[in-house]
Amino acid sequence: MYDNLWLIPFFPLLGFLINGLLGRKIKNEKVVGAIATLAVFASFVVSCMCFVRLLGDEVKTHENIIGSWISLGSLQVDWGFLLDPLSALMILNVTGLSTLIHLYSIGYMHGEDGYPRFFAYMNLFTFAMLMLVLGNNALVMFVGWEGVGLCSYLLIGYYYEKKSASDAGKKAFVVNRVGDFGFLLGLFLLFWSFGQNGVWTINFTEIAANAGALENGGIIVTLITLCFFLGATGKSAQIPLYTWLPDAMEGPTPVSALIHAATMVTAGVYMIARMNGLFAMSPDTMMVIAIVGAATAIFAATIGFAQNDIKRVLAYSTVSQLGFMFLAMGIGAFTAGIFHLLTHAFFKACLFLGSGSVIHGLHHAYHHAHLNHDPQDMRNMGGMRKKMPITFITFFLSTLAICGLPFFSAFFSKDEILWWAFASTRGHWLLWLVGTIAAGMTAFYMFRLVFMTFFGAQKTDPRAKDHIPESPFVMTFPLMVLAALATFGGLIGIPHVIGDLVGHIPNYLQQFLAPVFEHTQTFHGIEAHGAASAEFGTIGVSVGVGLVGIGLAWLFYCKYPEIPARFCARFTRLHRAVFNKWYVDELYDALIVNPTKRLGTGLWQIFDVCIVDGIVNGVARCIRGTGGLLRHTQTGFTHSYAMSMVVGVVVIIAICVFQ
Amino acid sequence: MSEHILSLMTFFPLLGMLIILMLPGGKGGLLKCTTLVITLITFVISLPLALDPVFKTSGAMHYTEFAPWISVGDYFQMNYSVGIDGISLWLVLLTTFIMPITVLSTWQAVDKNVKGFMALMLLLETAMLGAFISLDLFLFYIFWELMLIPMYFMIGIWGGANRIYAAVKFFIYTAVGSLLMLVAIIYLYYYAVNTGGVVNGFSVTDFYNLNLHPELQKWLFLAFAFSFAIKVPMFPVHTWLPDAHTEAPTAGSVILAAVMLKMGTYGYLRFAMPLFPDALQQFLPWLAALSVIGIVYGALVAMMQKDVKKLVAYSSVSHLGFVMLGLFALNNIGVSGAILQMVNHGISTGALFLIVGFIYERRHTRLISEFGGLSKQMPVFAVIFMIVTLSSIGLPALNGFVGEFMILLGAFESELRWFAVVATTGVVLSAVYMLWMYQRVMFGKLDNPKNQNLKDLSVREICIMLPLLVFIFWIGVYPNTFLEKMEPAVNQALSQISGEARAQTYIPVCTDAEQQGKCPHTYGVDAQGDADLHL
Repeated sequence: MYDNLWLIPFFPLLGFLINGLLGRKIKNEKVVGAIATLAVFASFVVSCMCFVRLLGDEVKTHENIIGSWISLGSLQVDWGFLLDPLSALMILNVTGLSTLIHLYSIGYMHGEDGYPRFFAYMNLFTFAMLMLVLGNNALVMFVGWEGVGLCSYLLIGYYYEKKSASDAGKKAFVVNRVGDFGFLLGLFLLFWSFGQNGVWTINFTEIAANAGALENGGIIVTLITLCFFLGATGKSAQIPLYTWLPDAMEGPTPVSALIHAATMVTAGVYMIARMNGLFAMSPDTMMVIAIVGAATAIFAATIGFAQNDIKRVLAYSTVSQLGFMFLAMGIGAFTAGIFHLLTHAFFKACLFLGSGSVIHGLHHAYHHAHLNHDPQDMRNMGGMRKKMPITFITFFLSTLAICGLPFFSAFFSKDEILWWAFASTRGHWLLWLVGTIAAGMTAFYMFRLVFMTFFGAQKTDPRAKDHIPESPFVMTFPLMVLAALATFGGLIGIPHVIGDLVGHIPNYLQQFLAPVFEHTQTFHGIEAHGAASAEFGTIGVSVGVGLVGIGLAWLFYCKYPEIPARFCARFTRLHRAVFNKWYVDELYDALIVNPTKRLGTGLWQIFDVCIVDGIVNGVARCIRGTGGLLRHTQTGFTHSYAMSMVVGVVVIIAICVFQ
Repeated sequence: MSEHILSLMTFFPLLGMLIILMLPGGKGGLLKCTTLVITLITFVISLPLALDPVFKTSGAMHYTEFAPWISVGDYFQMNYSVGIDGISLWLVLLTTFIMPITVLSTWQAVDKNVKGFMALMLLLETAMLGAFISLDLFLFYIFWELMLIPMYFMIGIWGGANRIYAAVKFFIYTAVGSLLMLVAIIYLYYYAVNTGGVVNGFSVTDFYNLNLHPELQKWLFLAFAFSFAIKVPMFPVHTWLPDAHTEAPTAGSVILAAVMLKMGTYGYLRFAMPLFPDALQQFLPWLAALSVIGIVYGALVAMMQKDVKKLVAYSSVSHLGFVMLGLFALNNIGVSGAILQMVNHGISTGALFLIVGFIYERRHTRLISEFGGLSKQMPVFAVIFMIVTLSSIGLPALNGFVGEFMILLGAFESELRWFAVVATTGVVLSAVYMLWMYQRVMFGKLDNPKNQNLKDLSVREICIMLPLLVFIFWIGVYPNTFLEKMEPAVNQALSQISGEARAQTYIPVCTDAEQQGKCPHTYGVDAQGDADLHL
C-alpha cells in the first residue's frame, strides 16, 4: 500500500488530463463532472486505505520515492512522498472534501460556459494540493505550493471576461509570490546551514533528524523559520499578505469552499506543522507567529462586521480563523492547530457551499425574473430559511460550530487553542485575551450574517422572490455531510478534562498525531499546565463570550434592526473605514504598487531612453557631425586645395621664424 | 563519419545555402521547404551527440577535429580546431533544434525576397554552430563576426518600421565589443608567443594554461567581458536588444533570443572566465552586481512596456541576468543551473516570440492595448500561451523553475549570498509583468471589433509549438537528462577557473617581491571559502 502513495495525486492528475484535453469534445456535462468527481473519489479511497493501514501499523513514517528529480553534486532531490499521521489526516481531509465539493459543483456549475475547464482546474488543484501535503521534501512541497497558487489564480479568474475577476486572480498570484520569495529564501538558508554540518538535504525526515545540528534558538534557525513563515503568510492569508483572499471571492463559490477555506489556505499551517521541530527551535519566530496569528484573528473579524457581500464576510472569517490556527502553531499547540484546521475545513466548507446554495437560488430567481441584481448582497436576502430549509439547517449548524457552542466541533478545537494560549509555556494571557475577544466577534458577525440572510422579512425583489428554489440533491447532499461533520467532527479530539468527566474518553487526535509532535514538545518543554478548574474557566469564558456575541447580533439585526443604521450615522468615519477594509488595499497601492510602476516607467524613460540611448545616439551624432564638417575640406576644387597648401606653408614658416 | 560529425553538422547548412541560391527565386514554397529539410537534416546529424553517453563521465572535449589552416611562417598560425563538451553540447543542440522551428514560423510571415531570407538563415546557422564548437580563438572570432552579418540584414531588410535604426544600432554595439575582443585575442597570442608559452595556434585549451600576470589579465579580461556583456546583454549595455527584437521579423527574434544571446553567456564560461581567473575574482562583485541589477531592472522596465515584443525583450534582460549570476556563483549548482537556464530561456523566450508572431501576423500590431479577451476567440492559443507564460515565470515542474532554482541556490551558497537575495525578488516581478501582460491580452471582454474574427492556431502553428512544449515539461520534470551530461564538463570548467587544473608550465614574471602575493599561485585559488561546493 505504502508503495502506491503516488496513486493518490495521480488520479486527479489523470482526471485533469482527460477533461483538459478532451473536455470540450465531450459534449455531455454529466460525463465531464463524473470523470472529475470519480478521479478525486478514487484517490479518497486510496487515502482511506492508507489511513487505515497506518492506524494499525507500528511504524508511523513511510516514504515512497518515484525517482530522481534534480541530481547534481550535493543537490539531490527526489520525486518522493511521505506518509505519516500528519499527512494521512491531510490527504483524508483534502480528498474527502474535494470529492464532496466536486459533487456539489456538478449542480452548481450546471449550464456554465467552460464547464470542462472548471472541472479540469479543480482536478489539477486537488493534484497540486496532494503534492503539497504528501511531498517528502521541501521542493516537492513547493511544487504543490505553487501549483495550488496557479489553480487558485486560474479559478479565481474563471470568469475571465470580468475585469475584477482577472484582477483578483492576478493579485492572488502575485501576493502569493511575495510569500514564495520567503519560502525560497528559507529553503536556500536551510540547505546552506545544514550543508555547513555536512548534511546537504531538504528532505523532511532528514531535516527533523538533523535539526539538532543547528544552534537552538540561534539567529540562523530564527531566520530560516521567519522566511518560511513569510511564505505561510502569503498562502494562508495572514497579516501583512492577507489582502488577496477577500478578492479571491470573485471565483465560483465551490472554489471558495475548496481552495479558499478548506484546503489551500491552510497550507501555511500544515507547513509549520510539518517542520515543527525546526520552528520550535526558535522561540522568537514562534512568538512572531503567535502575535501575527492573534492580530490577524481580531483584525479580520473587525472587517467582517461591515461587509454586505455574503462571501466576503465568510472570507474575512476565514482569514480570522486561520489566525487562530497560526496562534496555535506559535504557542506550540500543534495538535490543536491541526485540529482546528480540520474542524474549520468542515464548517467553513459547509458555510461557503451553503452561501453558494443561496446565491444559486437567487441567481436562478433573478434570471427568471430578468433582473440584474447582485445575488451575493445580503441586503437583498432575508427570510431565506423558509425558501431553502436544508440549506438553512446545515448553514445554521455550521454557524453554531464556528461560534464554538458546546459540543459542536469548534468548541473543542478553538477552546483547546485558547487554553494553550492561556496555559502553555509559550503562551501569554494577552494572546488568550485577544483570541477570546476574536471568538466573541466571530459569533457576532456570523449571526449577523445568519439573521440578515435567513431570518426577518424577505427583502428580495418581489418579482423574483417566488422563484427561489431549494438546491438540487447533488448540492444539498454535500451540505448535509459537511454539517454532520461540523457538528460531530470535534469528538475526535475531546480534551482530557472533559473526557475524564464522562468516563475516560481519550483524545484520539492527540494520540494519533503524537509521533509527529510529541518529540518536539517534550524536547523543548512545551506543554500546557494548569488546574482543571482553570481549563473549565477558559472554556466557560469563551462560550460566554460567544453567547454575548450571538445575543448582540440578535439585538442589532432581529430585535432592533434600526440600531446598525443609527450606529453608522453616528460613527460615519469609523464605519466607512471598516467598510473599506481599513484602507489597507489603498495603502499598499500607494506605498508599493504605484511607486513600483512609477519606478519602472522612470527607469525605462529616463535611464534607457535618455541616458544610455542618449549616449549611444549622441556618439553616433558626434561622429556624423564631425564627418559632416570635415567633408567640407574635401571639395574636389583644385584652387581650394592650393589655398590650403598656401596657408599651411605660411603657418609652418611662421612657426620656424618665431621659435 | 562520426569523427567529422561536428564539421558535417556545421557546414551542412552552408551547403544548403548554396543549394538555395541556385533555386529560382520566385518559388517561395519550394525555398521554404528546402530550407526546412536542410535544417531538419542538420538536426538529425546533431542528434547522435545528445545520445552519446561519453559526456556523462568525461568533462573533456570530444569529437575534436584539428587541421592547420592559415599560417604565416612560424610566427602566425591558426587552426581549424573544433570539439564539444557537456556545456557546448546543449547549446549546439538548442541551435539545431530551434532552426527548423523558426523556418516553419516564416511560412506566412516572410513573403518578400524569400530566397535571400532563407540563405541568410542557413548562413546564420553555420555561423552559430561554428562559434559554439570552436576551440581556436581566432576561428571563434571569425564565426562570431559571421553571425553578425546575416542578422544585420534580417533586421534591416525584413524588419518592422524602425528597422534601419535597430539594425545599425545592433551592428555598431556588437562590432564595438568584438573589436575590443579582437585586440585582446591578438595581444594574448603574441604575448604567449613572446614569453615562450606553449602555443598551438590560438588554441583555447593552451591559453588556459598561460598563467598570465594578474595585471595583464585585468585588461584582457575587461576587453572580453565587455564584448560578451554586450551580447548577453548585461545592464547597462542592453539597449540594443529591445530595438533589435522589436524590429526583427519573428524568425529573427526567435534566433536572436534563443541562440545568439547565449553567445555572450557561453563566451564568459568558455573564454573570459577560465582564461583570466584572477581578473575574474577581482571583478566578480561588480559583474554580479550588474547581473542582479539586470534582473530587477529588466523586470521593472518590462512591466511598463506597451509593446508585447518589447516586454519580452526586456524580460530577456532579466532572465539573462539570472544566467550570469549562476555563472558567477562559481559552484557546480549555480553554473549547471546557468547552462540549463540558457537552454530554458532559448525554449521559453523563443516560444514567446513565436506567440507574439502569431498574433502579429493576424493583427499587424504588437500593442498590448489593441488586444484583450482573446481567450474567448482562441482557446488553443490561450492554453499554449499560458503554459509558456508559466514556464517563463518559473512555475515548479516546468523548465524555468529548475534553472532559476539552481542558479539562486548556487548563488546563495557562494559568496554572492546577498546578491541572491536581491535576485530572488525577480521571482515576484516576473509574475507581475508576465501575468499582467497575459491578462491584458487574453482576459477581459473581447471588445475590439478587429479581434472578433481572429482564427485560432492552425495545425502548422500548433506543430511549431508542440516540440517546445515537450521540452518545457521534460526539463521541468526530469532535468537529469541534461544535468548528468553537463556535470563533468562543469566541474572541469570550475577547476579550470579555480586554478586546480591549470598546468603549471609557465611561471609568470614576478620580479618584485611585493608582487609575489599577486601571483596566480596564491591569488584567488581558494577564495571561495566555506561555500565551496565541489563535492
